[in-house]
Amino acid sequence: MEILVTWLSTWGLNDWNPWTFLTIMLMACVTVITRCFFFISDTPWTLPSWAQRGMQYAPIAALSAVVLPEVLMTQGIFIHTWADARIYGALAGTAYFFLRRGSGQAVLGTIVAGMAVYIPLHVGLAW
Amino acid sequence: MLFSRSQRRNPAYRQGFMEMLTVAPGIAAWGLMTGVAMAKSGMSTPDVLAMAILVFAGSSQLAAIPLLAAGAPLWVILATAFCVNLRFVVFSAHLRNYLMHLPRMQRLMVGYFIADLTYFLFIERYPVPGTTDQERADQMSYLAGNATINWLSWTGCSVLGIALASYIPAAWGLAFAGVLALTGILCSLATSRMRVLSAFMGAVVAIMAYALPLKLNILVAIGVSVVLCLVLESYLAPSPREA
Repeated sequence: MEILVTWLSTWGLNDWNPWTFLTIMLMACVTVITRCFFFISDTPWTLPSWAQRGMQYAPIAALSAVVLPEVLMTQGIFIHTWADARIYGALAGTAYFFLRRGSGQAVLGTIVAGMAVYIPLHVGLAW
Repeated sequence: MLFSRSQRRNPAYRQGFMEMLTVAPGIAAWGLMTGVAMAKSGMSTPDVLAMAILVFAGSSQLAAIPLLAAGAPLWVILATAFCVNLRFVVFSAHLRNYLMHLPRMQRLMVGYFIADLTYFLFIERYPVPGTTDQERADQMSYLAGNATINWLSWTGCSVLGIALASYIPAAWGLAFAGVLALTGILCSLATSRMRVLSAFMGAVVAIMAYALPLKLNILVAIGVSVVLCLVLESYLAPSPREA
């Protein structure tokens, strides 16, 4: 018995909590429900035409609303220093993208160019 | 059928796979740091692994971790996960016409795998839903290829992050690669003046409304930008179909 407990504890299973596991399973269900929200039902239904037109502006607004606060804010406050590696990393990435416009690897280049500027400033200068 | 052999033979599968592969380093670094954060949260290893493999939504995972650690009630955790994921509800309205030709169970399965980057790349590649069987098959194959590499790199690197948690300090700032991947896709979506305006408004509103709980600032930003662009469009452009 003791051996079993020791073996289980090496896997962290001795403090395994079924409630946490249930929570995680239900969180996976929330992922499905939110990602499929408007196509779960089979009933025929179409978006009103103004909303359909509006959809072309939704993805970029959502993306920009996710990205820009990640670059320009620190702990919920707009940054008030130029000594922040994220600004220069993001600028370098964006510059690379628009210089290499049309090439298939533009996004990969954005990541590499951005990190090449970000890491030295962030690790070297602690910006 | 989803993820079938016929889909893997479709050239669109490879296209979806390769387009996502160029973004994969960003997803990988981001997944790695999410794995590190989960492993350091004090959850047990099986729970952390289950979360990394099943939930498949980084922002809701990161939002739920402190709540789980604090012993918050189940409904609070689920409501938080739902609100943090609300942008997907908007995306699902957009994707509806692309997916309604599938039976419900397959729709749910495909939908589960359409995370942010898959959605952005997919609607960029296919601006209108398929109308013929061939177009639909191509679109589903593209999604399958794209989602496969996305799932593998995200989940694989999350698990790696969990395993290597004590060797990877957050101070390296690897998570910034995820932000840069999104930045690259943001640039690729900026194909018209109205879209640039939408991006600008989205950023301004999201920063101004940042204090809202549960990342609701993102939802408000989407709403304000879309409405503003529609209003401006009706004033400026006589032909509303311009993209």
